[in-house]
Amino acid sequence: MLNVAVVRFPGSNSDFDALRAAEAVGAKAYFVWHRDTDLQGADVVILPGGFSYGDYLRAGAIARFSPVMRAVQRHAADGGPVLGICNGFQILCEAHLLPGALMRNAGLHFVSKPVDLVVERNDTPFTAGFTIGTRIRLPVAHGEGRFLASDDTLRMLEAEGRVVLRYVADTEGSPLQPNPNGSAAHIAGIGNAAGNVVGIMPHPERADEPVLGLADGRGFFISMAAWKPQPSTERMSNR
Amino acid sequence: MTYRVNVRVMPRAGLLDPQGQAVEHALSALGFEEAAGVRIGRAIELEVAAPTRAEAEARARQMCDKLLANPVTEDYLLQVEES
Repeated sequence: MLNVAVVRFPGSNSDFDALRAAEAVGAKAYFVWHRDTDLQGADVVILPGGFSYGDYLRAGAIARFSPVMRAVQRHAADGGPVLGICNGFQILCEAHLLPGALMRNAGLHFVSKPVDLVVERNDTPFTAGFTIGTRIRLPVAHGEGRFLASDDTLRMLEAEGRVVLRYVADTEGSPLQPNPNGSAAHIAGIGNAAGNVVGIMPHPERADEPVLGLADGRGFFISMAAWKPQPSTERMSNR
Repeated sequence: MTYRVNVRVMPRAGLLDPQGQAVEHALSALGFEEAAGVRIGRAIELEVAAPTRAEAEARARQMCDKLLANPVTEDYLLQVEES
């Protein structure tokens, strides 16, 4: 059974959603506290949404130095899957596990609404079940989701095909804006080069059952559940 | 010695600063049409114990690079004085 550690920081608020969404696809999901130094044999780590440490200084800036993040860094370096959702994405950027930064929304307002997205990368443990080009609808809920990186970094992300999710205009002409926050190149989510570390602003864990109004998020967890740990000696020795 | 360090963190020049823009619009609405180029950053004060002023500044610079400023989006200015 897949072990999924959901990291809780003071101020996390999507932790139960992430736990439930992981359990819904048959994973053994459990919480890990930010002061813990051990991920208890996690196959997958989820950094959930919320406002860790009250977003003091910058969103994710303090959480990055939590004791648990050293274990997350090791897990990521060993090729273990890490999914950062919303605040989790901000933490991954602050921790330099992903490039760039997430800044105050261009419109200043906190944006909470469904958005249309296209999946552009499926060589990650969280999007392997999607066909590239699939359009999905997921909710966003953030005040600091404007992805920003240097021109060189943006060029690199595009050249290496590392954009996982991009905001798109709804083809049915809905009033939803293609880009809710002014994000560079309409980027909603990226991955590292290997694809095991993924950060996304939208919330798949809040949209994985028809009863929630949207179910496209389930694809992320079905992909995760189908992921097979890569047996590598380095990975084993670090356990 | 204890040194007083003032850190001024500003959004990098040329980057969109929506807070600055909103405040500029508000100033204009209040009748201060002459206000332009408003940008908003943050000021951080701290005390650093160090044997020399140069060492205090070097340590403060490390604090900025590691935590107080985000090198992707922000620039900072340091001021170090004896306290």
